[in-house]
Parts: sequence; C-alpha cells; structure tokens
Amino acid sequence: MAKKVHVTTTVNGDEYEYLAEAGQTLVDVLRNELELTGTKEGCSTGDCGACSVIVDGELVCSCLVLAAETDGKSVETIEGMANGDELHPLQRNFLELNGLQCGICTPGFLVAAKALLERNPDPTETEARFWLAGNLCRCTGYDKIVRSVMAAAEEMRGA
Amino acid sequence: MTDMRYEAPETLDAAIALLDDASGGGKVMAGGTDVLVQLHAEIIEPEVLVDIKNIPDLKAMSQTEAGWLVGAAVSGMTIVDNADFATAWPGVCEGVALIGSVQVKGRASIGGNLCNASPAADSVPAIIAAGAVAKIIGPGGVRKEPVENIVTGPGQTSLGDGEFIVSFSFPTRAPHSGDCYLRLTPRTEMDIAIVGAGVSLTLDDNGTCNAARISIGAVAPRPLLVEEAANALIGTKVDGTALENMVAAVRAACDPISDKRGTREYRIKTAGVIARRAASKALERARAN
Amino acid sequence: MATILEDSKFDPQRDLKTVGSNPVKHDGLDKVTGRAKFGADFFLPGMLFGRTLRSPHAHAIIKSIDISEAEALPGVKAVVTRDDFPDIDPGSVAGDMTRTAMAREKALFDGHPVAAVAATSEAIAKRALKLIKVDYEVLPHVIDPVDAMKPDAPILHDHIRTKGLDEPSDAPTNVTERMVSKMGDVERGFAEADVIVEREFDSKPMHQGYIEPQGCVAEYSEDGQVELWCSTQAPFVYRDRLSAILKVDAAKINVQQSELGGGFGGKTGFYPEPIAILLSKKASRPVKMVLHRTEVFRGTGPVSGTNYKIKMGCTKDGRITAAQGELIFQTGIFTGSMYFNAPNAMFTRYDLENVYIESFEVISNRPKVNSFRAPCVPQIVFGVEGVIDELARKIEMDPIDMRLKNAATEGYTTIYGETLGPIGFVETLEAAKATDHYQSPVKDGEGRGIATGFWFNRGGETSTSMNIAPDGSVTIITGTADVAGSRISIAMMAAEELGIDVDKVRITMADTNSLGFNRVTAGSRTTYSVGMTVVDNARDCISQFVKRAAEIWDVPEDAVIYENGECRPASANVGEFEPLSIADIAKQTTMSHGAVTASTSMNVTGAGPGFGLHIVDVKVDEETGRTDVTRYTVIEDAGKAIHPLQVEGQYQGGAVQGIGWALNEEYVYGEDGRLQNAGFLDYRMPVTSDVPMIDTVIVEVPNPRHPFGLRGVGEVPVVPTMAAIGNAIGDAIGVRPQSLPMSPPKLLDLIENRDG
Repeated sequence: MAKKVHVTTTVNGDEYEYLAEAGQTLVDVLRNELELTGTKEGCSTGDCGACSVIVDGELVCSCLVLAAETDGKSVETIEGMANGDELHPLQRNFLELNGLQCGICTPGFLVAAKALLERNPDPTETEARFWLAGNLCRCTGYDKIVRSVMAAAEEMRGA
Repeated sequence: MTDMRYEAPETLDAAIALLDDASGGGKVMAGGTDVLVQLHAEIIEPEVLVDIKNIPDLKAMSQTEAGWLVGAAVSGMTIVDNADFATAWPGVCEGVALIGSVQVKGRASIGGNLCNASPAADSVPAIIAAGAVAKIIGPGGVRKEPVENIVTGPGQTSLGDGEFIVSFSFPTRAPHSGDCYLRLTPRTEMDIAIVGAGVSLTLDDNGTCNAARISIGAVAPRPLLVEEAANALIGTKVDGTALENMVAAVRAACDPISDKRGTREYRIKTAGVIARRAASKALERARAN
Repeated sequence: MATILEDSKFDPQRDLKTVGSNPVKHDGLDKVTGRAKFGADFFLPGMLFGRTLRSPHAHAIIKSIDISEAEALPGVKAVVTRDDFPDIDPGSVAGDMTRTAMAREKALFDGHPVAAVAATSEAIAKRALKLIKVDYEVLPHVIDPVDAMKPDAPILHDHIRTKGLDEPSDAPTNVTERMVSKMGDVERGFAEADVIVEREFDSKPMHQGYIEPQGCVAEYSEDGQVELWCSTQAPFVYRDRLSAILKVDAAKINVQQSELGGGFGGKTGFYPEPIAILLSKKASRPVKMVLHRTEVFRGTGPVSGTNYKIKMGCTKDGRITAAQGELIFQTGIFTGSMYFNAPNAMFTRYDLENVYIESFEVISNRPKVNSFRAPCVPQIVFGVEGVIDELARKIEMDPIDMRLKNAATEGYTTIYGETLGPIGFVETLEAAKATDHYQSPVKDGEGRGIATGFWFNRGGETSTSMNIAPDGSVTIITGTADVAGSRISIAMMAAEELGIDVDKVRITMADTNSLGFNRVTAGSRTTYSVGMTVVDNARDCISQFVKRAAEIWDVPEDAVIYENGECRPASANVGEFEPLSIADIAKQTTMSHGAVTASTSMNVTGAGPGFGLHIVDVKVDEETGRTDVTRYTVIEDAGKAIHPLQVEGQYQGGAVQGIGWALNEEYVYGEDGRLQNAGFLDYRMPVTSDVPMIDTVIVEVPNPRHPFGLRGVGEVPVVPTMAAIGNAIGDAIGVRPQSLPMSPPKLLDLIENRDG
C-alpha cells in the first residue's frame, strides 16, 4: 500500500495536520477525519454543491478536491462562518426568512452565497440565481433562499 | 486506488520525469473536476496522479503581441474574470462559463476540458472556432498543435504517452471580429450540451465576412471544425441566405448518436439552430468592434 | 369530557398570539451553523464502514455467491448475503420487503443489492466488493409496464395472480391488481354531453430527489438489541418492519431518527438499514452505511410511471356530465404503489355524478416505487386537467369559471365515500381569479395555464408527551418525523394553547423506545395530527395547573380559570389571589406532586381535504422545444397557516419539484435494462437559475375538526403543477402535450407536427 500523504491544512483558522490517502477527497477528510460534518456530501461528483467550501478564497466542491492538494492551504467551511456566537448576516437572514427547510443543502448554499457577496456585494436576482446554480435544493423551490441572499446582501451593503 | 500516489511537481521537467517513470501509469490532473469523478467511479486506476497546476507555466495568463496566452491549468473562474480577455474572446468566455457551476469552474481548466475529450465539452468548440493552438510538452520536447487536432474520439486524444498541454495561444483579433459560443441544454445550468456551437468571424470594412471558423460539439464522436459551414459565410454579408447555407452545412456535418441526452434527429435539427444563433451573435459583436 | 377528536373547541374568533406568526424555527440555528446531525453525521467508537454490491442485471437468477476472497481481505470484518436474512416466503408483505433489501432467488432490477461488506475503511470495503463472485443466469427482462402486461412478457414472480378481476384467473402475470371505481352511470353522462374529449397520456418514473442520500449507523449487541440511527420519515414503521424481516422483537430495536435531509416520501421505507444491522451482528461492531448518489438513483424509490386514458364530457354551459379513466401504474418489482390514491383523487374537487375508473398495477424490472408527495395522483391530474382545459376551450369558457361551475362543496359525497365537510375549493378558485397574475395579460410569445389539485390529507396514529419543567418551560416529545420544519409549528400550537411564549417550548424527536407508535410522516399528516395530540397534552396540563392552583389557594377547581399562561380566580368572589404562572405552579408543586406531564396516543381523524390552483406562464423556444417558466403563482387552502413562511415554503417547494417533473425529470433505461442517468448531471432537477420566484396565496377556510382550523399542506402543492405547465405549453404552442416529461425533443416534435 502506498504511503499516505502528510498534509497540513488550515481550516477555519485552525491548523490541522493529518495523513491522507492519495485519492482521498477533502470532503472525506473534513467529515470523517476532522469530524467537521457541517459540510455535506450529496453526490460526490460536483453536481449538488452540498460540499461547497472556500479554498484559498476560491469557492469549490470539496468532493472534487483531494485533501493532498490542500497542503499549506486555507479552507473555510460552514463551521467557520459565524463569528463566535454572532451569526453571519447570511445565516441570520436564512433563519428569519425561512431560507431553509430540511437543512441539508443549507451549509453549501451559505458558503456559496458568502463567496458571491464577497465578490459582488450587489448582485441582481439573476446573478444570484446563476451563481447559486451549482447548489441543489429540493425543498424550498429556491424562492426563500434567493430572498435570504438578497436581503443579506442589502443588509451587508448598509452596514 | 489505495495504491495510487499523488505528486504535485513544480516544474515542467519534474512533471515530464514523473510521467515518464510511470510509463503509462500516470494520469495528469489539473483542476481534477473530471479526473476525480473518474477516479472515484473507478473508471481510471492510475499508479500516480500528477497534479500539474503548481507549475507556473500552466497557471500563467497574459496578453502578448501575438495575442493571448492562457495556461492549460488556469481555472475557469480566472479566465471569465479577466475583463481584457473577455473583450477579445467573449465566445471563449461563454464556453468556459458553461463548464459546470461556479464551484466546478473554480478548478476546471480549458486544458482539462479539452483533454477529458468529451464530445460535448463546452469550451472546446469555442477554442476551436477561436483558432487556438496548444503548446504540448512531453518526453520528446515541445510541439504545437491546433486544438481541433487534440480530441480524436470520446475520451481519446492525440497526445502521446507522457505528453501534456502547457498553454493555449489565441491569435490577435483583427478589427471587426467577433465570436460566440452557445449550447442547448434542457436546464439553464449544470447540464451537458445536447449540441454546442462556437463561431468566430471577421468582417472587412464593408461588412463582408472575410474569415470564419465554425465548430460544433456533441454531434459527432469529437468536436468538429466545419469548414463548409465557414465557407458558407466567407464572402457574404452574413445575411439570411448565407446563414441558411451555413446551417445546412452544419447539419450535413453532424453525425451524432442517440442517447439519454438527445436523439440523433433532434441533435441534427438543433445543431443548425444553435449554430445560426451563435453566428448571429458573433456577427453582432464583429459589427460592434 | 369530550376528547379533542370529538370536540376540537375550534373558535374562529379566537384571539391568536402565536399561531399565524413567523418565529425562527428552533432547529434552524443548528442547520445554518453546520451543527445539525443528519444520517451520515453520526459516529460510534469502533465503527466500520459498509458498502453494497449491486446487480448489474435487470433480471437474473443468482446461482451462487462466493464471498471467501472478500472475507479474507485484511480489514474486512463481515460480509452478508441473502443467506444472512431470515427466509420469508415470497408474496407476503415481509417477503417483498426482505427481497427489496437484499436479492434472494433472483436479482430483480439493475442496482438490486446482492451482498454487502463491512470493513475498517470505505476503501477496503470497496475493494472487497470486487472480490465477491456472483454467478448469474441472466433472464429476459421487462422495463416498460405496457410491455409487462403483454402475453409474451417474461413473468417476474411466479406467485402473482391479478387481484380484482371480474373472473379470477390462475395464470401467472405481472399485473398485480385491478380496481374499478365508479359512481352514477357514465354512459348516460356521456350521452348528456355536448362535447367529449378523450386523450391518452403517459408519464415516466421520476425520483424524489432528496439531497441527503440514505445514511445510518447500526449497532447490534450480542443479546439481540439493535440500536439504529438513521435518516427516516418513519422511525416506528422502520422498527416494526425491521422486526418483521429480521425476526427480532420490536422492543429490541431502537430507532433514533436523525435530522432528515429531504424525503418527500422516499424515506418511508428502508434500504441500507437492515443490511447495516446484519453486518453489525456479524462483525460485532457498529456499522455505518451511507448510499452513494448512484445507488440512490439505481436502488431507491422512484415514483410510478403511468400510461392512461381520460375521457370527459360536458354540456355547452360547462357542466361536466361524465368522467372516465383507464389507468396503468408501474409499481416497480413489488406491489405497493398506492395507485388507488389516483382513482380516489383524480376527479375529486369536482361534484361529478357519473364516473368510471379502471386501474391496474403492474410490476417490471425496476426498483419498487416509493411514495412521493400525493402518491400516484399528480401524474394523472396532468391528464385530467388537460382534458378539462380542452373542454373549456371548445366551449369557449374561462378555465377557472369552468372549474367553478363544477366545484365540489360541503356535503358532496366523493367516489371513495366520504361526505365532504367545510372545504375551500370555491374560495381557492375565487382567490386565483383575483390574483394579479391571472388578471394580467399574457406576455407576447408566452402561454398561460392553470390547473387544480386535491389531496385527502391524513391523520393517523400519533403519540406525544408534554413535560412541564419546574421553571415553567415546556418540553414536548414527538415521534412523527419532522421533514421540513414541523417542529416549530407544533411548538407554536402548544405555546398558543398554553398561553406562553413559543421560545419557552422545545421539542425532542423521540427514539422508538421512548414513545408510543407514530405513523410515518406522509400524506400531509404531521402538523395536523401532532398538533391535535399536543393541544390535547396542553389541555391536560392546564387542567392539572388549575387543580394545583385551586389547591394552593384552597378554593374549588371551578373557581380557577386559566388564561394567557396563568391561573387566576374565576371572579372577585373567589378571593384576592395573585395570578399563578405555569412557573409559579410548577415550582411550588413539583416537589409535592411530581412534575406536570401529559401523554397522549390517539388515532387522529378529521383531517380536512386540501385544494389548490396553480397559474403558470411559460415561454417555449419554438426552434428547440425548450421551455422556460416565467411566472408562477400557487393558491392553496391551508385551513389556517400556523407558520405562514413554512406554508409558503411547502407551496413553493412542491411547485418547483413539479416543474422538474413537468419538464425534464425521468428515468432513462437502456435496452440492457440498466439505468442510464443515475446522477444529478443527467437526472435533471431544477436548479436555482431555472425558476422564477414562486408567488403564493394562502387561502384560509378553517377545518373545524382542528383546534386552530388547519389542513395539511404538504401534498397539494405538487398535484396541479405538471397539469398547469402542460396547459400553459398548450396555450403557447397550440397543442397540449400528453407525455411527461415535456422535454425539448418531445415539444419540438409536437411543434413540427401541429399543422400536419
């Protein structure tokens, strides 16, 4: 058996050192090695967005990233989104506007939406919808998700 | 898979050596958005995965006197975010923008999209129409190849053992040039093209088309450069008749399969429609330049 | 005292403080921070990882399975096959269930489990699967239910004889059941009609499409106890069915539901759970199993595909005189499609007198279908509402007026024998007519359609407990799974009844050892039924508060009244007493009398039917056949919206699921009987950019059987969707599609042939 790869990754500001198999995905390591289960795995092929994380500022599906690739990199997951007990405006707006039902897609949507607003603080509804097209939701029909994102954007612009 | 090694060389020479050592057992990975899916579905079982995106040449993107140079592993998001490149090659950006979600484009590259060799790859008809040339490196040294000669069939390329693409060069645009890529999918996003069409054309000062390249995807075992379709436009004002002749040439070139994504008949019909729309948009852009 | 089932004490004038507002749901915080634990998020020390080997054949005898090499692989701790399952005769309910979990005599569909491995890592488990040698004898297969009915079709189960035939036959068949539903005289009805339309329709199986694959952890201890943590809509039903197929006492199986990452009916029956239990039994270690997306598509519950005919007639003034249907339902490889919902619901909302429906259920080499919102109804309503639309066009009548002309009202006796109580169909239709959407002109180049839908709504066995803490806060234990946020609505009803702030109420989802039986969350039963038992719990607790307050004050019980969360003297004559809050009473009396608690188990009845109407505008690309939904409005009766944002969410989610079903979602099988689109890339569910905002109108015609008047709202939102979109496409292109999904190639074909 091939030797495992020694990896050091910063996740939500904390440095983690671990051994990964060459083919092991980032989502697998996050969930099963680091027990950061907020990142969800819905399809393992990059088609549902439930495993969305931000690696060195880039929004990606963590099922399509090898853990070994993240050596020396910085990963942001849903667990790092709130600032202590202060929710991110996206989190709060999802709660207040009911932008979630079952909640399985919610971490992925929140991370993707955060990446959107960091790049474009004033997206149109259409821009938001196309940005979020990589995140599947089967419960909400997307209406309240998009409204939550737009409301958070407005709030963040005003702040 | 548990026996596989992962290597991330930082120089071209190191990458070439790794692939050479693996003698066929190496798999090149850039963004990994296709490779990792195939790896986990056990469609591929390489001995060593060679991640080439830490090599500076593969991540470079610059404008030169000869046009644009785009590293083979530059991510889709980097490409579509480059405003200058988008001005020069809006159609290429349209093709790249359709390679999956934002998440996928955060990793996926033109090099990967091309070498995955899907007949339906979205960036490929666009770069073929653009006349892009691939710089290929391997144990035998460096060679250049027009991109339409890379894909030879589904999952098959003309790259030799140990070869990989370093970069793509896009020619400088003549005045009154425009390009466009359009595809047909049932959904707005996250879909594989049923048909795709890339059109690049140039007009003279009188508005007559003096150069055109038309490429269609998902209608044959590999993306096609359809010279007859381009010839139908060259020498014309790209009027209705010329466009209909182009459509006929496109349809004549199609040889698609019927599969879960569309029937043969449907693909042939709509290939013409999408090519006409792409040509009209490219024309509009050319006239505006 | 009358029970809540006999007297709900519904009061339309009641001054509601909490019900009808939109508090943040209590499970929400964990879901926006990543803390919420779903099926795959549970870990136990020493846990192994299980994976399943699945049949590549649609129909094959399993001659032998050799697991010796797999068992010998280092890291492999258990391999199970059919031999590890108790032998149960085919043809019984348990016999079908055990064969769904693991193939026995034959592999019956592409993706049918044939063996499973538990190992110290998932990678090792996957390698071990490759070492299992299965000797198959491939048999002819049949995928299409119409083909499966033909005389030369391969017979898939030897024991099936069609039930419900006028003349019983002893011939083996793939037709499991025939059912005739009728009222009045349909021939006379058609004779009275001025216009008759008859059309043939079909629909393909689709998938529930939940984003969370099935996931579970099972731990079997040597004394036969089973602990199962899993994502389920039906913890108690899982327990009882696992008991039946594993032959373990139900009391020894404790099912703990995780947060549920979407179900929509698809998690009403188990898939990996019994395998995980048997792997754990064999390995003497806990085993986690999480399905991959391809397994979800190949191996879990699609929705029935159908082939059917609808014939309806009406008079020139729009009165429907007769309605007829002949329906074929694909059930997958085992019976149990719930096809009977279709004849009962397809025309119900119209006060028809003459109806005749003949329905068939047919097996084929596909996974057994599972429930999906309003099981078996929406795909038939697609045809029914299309035919009504065509009738309305022929007599040049407004489509909503046509429905108003025939709308069922209180007192109408349905085809399934229920006489309707107060219902809101007419109010829903009138609200739809008044919407800005319906009043606005259709945009150039677009088409507009409307369609209506009905669902019975359900009650059923429900158990809850309420415990008052010494500080006056309230915990509620429920066992009916929360699939979309019912917890907050239930907490709100309890808070309203107790007269306290909803933040003082918390709900715990019980494991099956902690509470009496609860029926599956399905059929729009949960908020209704659990609301009933929780209000009953609250009333029980209130009577205890009153009793204890009377004791504290030393006055008769009838001298104490309870309102706004406190006990107070019924009148000045009782004496001068400071009001006693729940906290005051609990604090003072818990030591002396024990906690105030209440438990209820009841079979809840009285669910009021729900009705909805959808208005949709579409734009069809006439050169490609591609459809965009440009505007969408859902109008539906909720009885009373406990949490309006939650209700809207049900409407919106149902509509978008229906948009997917209408336009693109379908199972595609190859000639080889294998599923070709087992992934989200090629199984095309709507993405964010595919749909517009979904406008909603909540109609509130109360159901007086419920203390707050509510009706279930989970099923109706998907019922009219495909029909409304079909009618809109028909309006746009001039020919009404009859085949689902209305995918681009089919529409282009219709467009090209419409003038021919």
